[in-house]
Amino acid sequence: MSSNKKYWKSVEELNENSSIVETLRNNEFVEPIPTEDFLSDKESLSSSSTTRRDFLKYVGFSTAAATLAACEGPVHKSIPYVLQPEQIIPGVADYYATTMFDGFDFANLLVKTREGRPIKIENNTIAGAKFAANARVHASVLSLYDSMRLKVTKIAQKDANWQEADLKIKASLADAKAKGGQVVLLTGTLASPSTEKLIAEFIAKNPTAKHIVYDSVSESAALDAFEAVYGERALVDYDFSKANTIVSLDADFLGDWQGGGFDSGYAQGRIPQAGKMSKHYQFEANMTLSGAAADKRVPMTVANQKQALIKIYSIITGASVASGKVANEDVVVKAAQQLKAAGSKGLLVSGIQDKNAQLLVLAINQALGSEAFSTIGTRQIRKGSNEKVAQLIADMNAGSVHTLIMSGVNPVYTLADSAKFVSGLKKVKLSVAFSLREDETASITNIAVPAPHYLESWNDLMLTKGTYSVVQPTIRPLFSSKQFQEALLSWNGNGVSFYDYIKANAAAYTAGTTWNKAVHDGVVVGTPSGASAGSVDYSAAANALASSKGANGFELVLYTKTGLGDGQQANNPWLQEFPDPITRVSWDNYVTVAPADAKKLGLENKIVANGGLNGSIATLTVNGTKMDVPVIVQPGQAVGTLGLALGYGKKAALKEEMQVGVNAYAFYTNFNNVQSASIAKANGEYEFACVQSQKTLMGRGDIIKETTLTIFNTKDSKEWNEVPMVSLDHKEVEATKVDLWESFDRSVGHHFNLSIDLNACTGCGACVIACHAENNVPVVGKSEVRRSRDMHWLRIDRYYSSQDTFAEDNEKKESFNGLFGDKGSLGGFGQMENPADNPQVAFQPVMCQHCNHAPCETVCPVAATSHGRQGQNQMAYNRCVGTRYCANNCPYKVRRFNWFLYNNNDEFDFHMNDDLGRMVVNPDVNVRSRGVMEKCSMCIQKTQLTILTAKREGREVNVDEFQTACSSACTTGAMVFGDVNNKESKVAKLAEDKRMYHLLEHVGTKPNVFYHVKVRNT
Amino acid sequence: MKKVGNHNSISRKIFFSLALALTFSLTSLSQNATPAAPAADSASAPAAPAATGGGDAVAGKALFNANCAACHALDKKMTGPALRGVSARHTKEWLYSWVANSSAMIKAGDATAVKLFNENNKAVMTAFPQLSKQDIDNIIAYTDEKKPEPVAAVGVTPDGKGGQVKEDGISNNVILGALSLVMLMLVIMLFFVNNVLTKVAKANGIEVADKEPGLPIWKAFAKNQFLVLVTSIFLLLASGYFVYGWMMQVGVDQDYEPIQPIHYSHRIHAGSNGIDCKYCHSAARVSKNAGIPSLNVCMNCHKNISEVSDTTATPEHSKAFYDGEIKKLYDAVGWDGTKYTGKTKPVKWVRIHNLPDFAYFNHSQHVTVAGIECQKCHGPVQTYEIQKQFAPLTMGWCIKCHRETDVKMEGNAYYTKIHEELSKKYGVDKLTAAQMGGLECGKCHY
Repeated sequence: MSSNKKYWKSVEELNENSSIVETLRNNEFVEPIPTEDFLSDKESLSSSSTTRRDFLKYVGFSTAAATLAACEGPVHKSIPYVLQPEQIIPGVADYYATTMFDGFDFANLLVKTREGRPIKIENNTIAGAKFAANARVHASVLSLYDSMRLKVTKIAQKDANWQEADLKIKASLADAKAKGGQVVLLTGTLASPSTEKLIAEFIAKNPTAKHIVYDSVSESAALDAFEAVYGERALVDYDFSKANTIVSLDADFLGDWQGGGFDSGYAQGRIPQAGKMSKHYQFEANMTLSGAAADKRVPMTVANQKQALIKIYSIITGASVASGKVANEDVVVKAAQQLKAAGSKGLLVSGIQDKNAQLLVLAINQALGSEAFSTIGTRQIRKGSNEKVAQLIADMNAGSVHTLIMSGVNPVYTLADSAKFVSGLKKVKLSVAFSLREDETASITNIAVPAPHYLESWNDLMLTKGTYSVVQPTIRPLFSSKQFQEALLSWNGNGVSFYDYIKANAAAYTAGTTWNKAVHDGVVVGTPSGASAGSVDYSAAANALASSKGANGFELVLYTKTGLGDGQQANNPWLQEFPDPITRVSWDNYVTVAPADAKKLGLENKIVANGGLNGSIATLTVNGTKMDVPVIVQPGQAVGTLGLALGYGKKAALKEEMQVGVNAYAFYTNFNNVQSASIAKANGEYEFACVQSQKTLMGRGDIIKETTLTIFNTKDSKEWNEVPMVSLDHKEVEATKVDLWESFDRSVGHHFNLSIDLNACTGCGACVIACHAENNVPVVGKSEVRRSRDMHWLRIDRYYSSQDTFAEDNEKKESFNGLFGDKGSLGGFGQMENPADNPQVAFQPVMCQHCNHAPCETVCPVAATSHGRQGQNQMAYNRCVGTRYCANNCPYKVRRFNWFLYNNNDEFDFHMNDDLGRMVVNPDVNVRSRGVMEKCSMCIQKTQLTILTAKREGREVNVDEFQTACSSACTTGAMVFGDVNNKESKVAKLAEDKRMYHLLEHVGTKPNVFYHVKVRNT
Repeated sequence: MKKVGNHNSISRKIFFSLALALTFSLTSLSQNATPAAPAADSASAPAAPAATGGGDAVAGKALFNANCAACHALDKKMTGPALRGVSARHTKEWLYSWVANSSAMIKAGDATAVKLFNENNKAVMTAFPQLSKQDIDNIIAYTDEKKPEPVAAVGVTPDGKGGQVKEDGISNNVILGALSLVMLMLVIMLFFVNNVLTKVAKANGIEVADKEPGLPIWKAFAKNQFLVLVTSIFLLLASGYFVYGWMMQVGVDQDYEPIQPIHYSHRIHAGSNGIDCKYCHSAARVSKNAGIPSLNVCMNCHKNISEVSDTTATPEHSKAFYDGEIKKLYDAVGWDGTKYTGKTKPVKWVRIHNLPDFAYFNHSQHVTVAGIECQKCHGPVQTYEIQKQFAPLTMGWCIKCHRETDVKMEGNAYYTKIHEELSKKYGVDKLTAAQMGGLECGKCHY
């Protein structure tokens, strides 16, 4: 029924005397449309060269032409090799063993190549290859195809060629020799026996030359301490698998501490076996991956950690050193006592950048007789000396450096006092940079030489003493690059190629094997000898440490993020889009503030209507340097400390989208990662691209199941791994036993399952990047991520929990009584939503669960998603019409919709938008288009290939031969993939484990991905 | 009456000419059946033994083809020199020792041997100690045969054996022409008969009554609503059928037969010479791609085959044409007749079989595991002068085969257990690809 009410659009309309109301009522268009003016101007109309008829003709012609052109199918050309290399069969992947070391990250690798293009990084699993790839190493294959790489040699920022540059450098070297001017080779840590030999030869030829090693993120304190005790500049290669009590003071050994790569050893002790698992104490300022994995994590300022270290030292060695006041003394003492009791099974590590602290670490481990601590096979991957770099800058400013040749370093970006370096650089007669990109340094040196990527070059490495590894090229150099070592050979007047030079040198390291075998295997394990400890006055070190002063105001603790590390690969969109495991923020760095401090300072984070996270902006001041930085309120951040990640804020040789964050190196004064800072709220609000907005679990116990080791050992699995019950025919039955549909027979053939152990998962993110590379997952950019349109097929959810068990959460929720008061639900829920000051953290990788009763399959109107007999939930992209019903019906929210065309689209100027970046695309997997739903396929292309290979060879599939990209990238053993119908396989045994549970079991989806209950040794 | 007689004479003439035409076409058809005896004669002519020096030239030819032809031709220098009349250039004894072990002779410093060695780019000739003196005599006998006079082109041979191919087409045309003539005649006859009858009626004074001018038929049709409805439904359905049919062929390129940069004939290679498909398309055994062979594979044979034999030529493509195509290959691979120059021009073949990117197909699965003949999907390639797409390559076509084809499981350990379990489940002895899960979307779309 219609009504006769008066409707009005604005208050103005109610005023009867208003003239504008009258006008508006009678005239739809307030402004007159200028048709008259336009059409009455006959003169200009007739003088126009395009008449209306012409216009129509053009329209007609172009429409007809387009229609005709569309009728003709495109003609594809196919160009075979003229001379096909013997090893290459088009369509079949080849694998080459190589080794990666870029001065920061290192790993023993197998590189998958297709038709001569490296497309994926895999771990080298041969005996002796102990360093597995982390997220950045997995992404490094994309950095090879970086369109912003330096392509030709530049002299004075103008395109030139290497021959000209070589002549100039040689002339300058001769000049330096004649005049006695200083020649400096400034490189990152090389860890390459041949390169070091070459440099020694170079110095012998040029007596005025010297070699300075510079690490952008310094481990100088630990190096100095080890050198003082053992007379060798190296780092200890701790074996965490041999320790069952681990105490860490600010050492993020699951992150980048001393190069990282300790996670597989650590994870071995974290899986409860025979009722035992390792115990891990973590005292730290920032919330790190190691802190997240720890059984007991104590947030502590670095100054307090120093005192705690002295306390532990005195308890273990019995030395009486007066420490200052120790915060959390009870926990520190307890940790020290347990460590002492563990004896040779104990291990203490520390990331405190103080030589005295590092001396105490050595003393404690010596006193323990720790098995995990060995001076045999020390790490050679950090050699940098802070003093020498400082001296170099002074020399440069004094004008005493004649020629400066840099390789693999970017001091203009990574030095705190880069202004001083730049002014010094101007006084150098000739400066040369061998660089992958025309970065901040290479763009102001006299000569910039394009260096080849590690996948394009030969080299040899000695990552740990005694283990010789070979770097071999997997592709012909893409640009006219010149390797630093080749240049050195030319300057030394040596005519051989660097390959021949390495090969000649290799004899010393490849005893008992051949060069070809060494190249094939990638590593040759030697038998190094350990060093014996010299006498060092540890108590003096302890006393010096005890009297060290804390920071004024806030302690700013600089760290490297899992995504970007030291920032070398800042132009890598995979890494930029990788959400930080802890904060889940991508495309940014930020200052992390403890919740208590944030409240005091008025800093806050809030979630806005579209699910995006907004944060306050704060002004950080360190030594007079000011910077406006967005704020993340980080539960677990030690009160009085701030965290800020290095590696961001780069500008040179970066696509516009990648120029994100602030450059924290500006605060990295004297290579000290702890700085006194002050912080104040600034105006404005910052929009983050954060992929996780929930902060607590709020009693949803069956997403993450957790228990303690005591309960795990003493109680029945029904208590700690409860199976939800539902009512069927008025009887309580286990939810997993109820079927809405008739189940298919899955006992025949293969049935794939993926097992994820929450105890072993450290949240390192290698699987996320490996999945990106294997499945051509597109990068969507910051603003799309903010709109929760990220395309990651595999995400690692991070959960904080405020209570020790989720049962307590539930109990608290159940016992709410009324709105207000102690048990009031109003305040209670608020409390539960507020993450604790020191929450426990759990990581949970979530991908498509490949449900046997998949809710997505039943709602698809076009049957684009269906179930395979082998357990995979299949997605036929070409059939999908984009209704997104499936995503809405998925309880795990793992389906991703292509809102846009992400390849060949200038709006998404990432690697899929240029020919070079597209070379990384896996030809066995579709590149999805706009309007199509996509999701994890359980790497069906890999399982099918494994089956085909077996069929072709006429054999059964070997036990544990099946792999997915994520499971093969996982080195902690958290992800295990395989065929549960093969009872021999690892995954079949894991599926029977008592800790096994499915995500949201009560929904009855019967997933083919299962998890293992997290056990904490509290 | 006169006219009637006139009419008869015309039709008789026409009948006569038709009969004549039919006879001609019959005789021309019968020619197809006559055996090509003259061709056989010309082929056997040069093989007549011209026994010289006690060798058997026929046995010698077999030996020559088996042992020498890889590097020697009779009339042309290849890796080794041309061998026709080699006995005139060297003594028999010298030849015996040369064939047995040439490098020993060179080492020993035999002047002729060293000279020969240097003349031929210092290529060492394989030693043939297994050849007896009699064998060598036979080979020499073969090399001493006189060069046969070039056989006159096949098309010129009397009684037109070469005309065969064309005549098939002509005879068809003749029959069609005759048929249409008959039709035309019938129409004319009808006209005349009508004419005559009218005249007869007129003559007899019978007036043929004109029909009542009723409603024109289209108006009657338009008035009948039922008919209009039925017709329009029919038209709609019919047009729907054709539109659907048209749409279904969009993107289906069956019989796509593009012109390639080099006229490569599968008929000659796979057909006449019987080369195995997988000799050139070797990747089909292990890879998802069958692969267009790289040019070095062509050169395995074409290093020595720089021209086609006379019998290869067809009326459409002359020997000169084929030789020109081989020249194109040499040009592309950078072969100057004796060595590679290094100047290559990769060949841009036009791709014929194009599966869309969202469909995954693996050759090795079908070729090696299932043991399917290439011809099953690619058609009688050995008869194709120009390669074309034989199959529609549509999903329905794939599925049909997957439903019908039994999986080849014998002797493949992979299938042993699965076969046992599945055959129990389905109660069959043989399993089709579909029963193995070969119809699941994800097996081909990922």
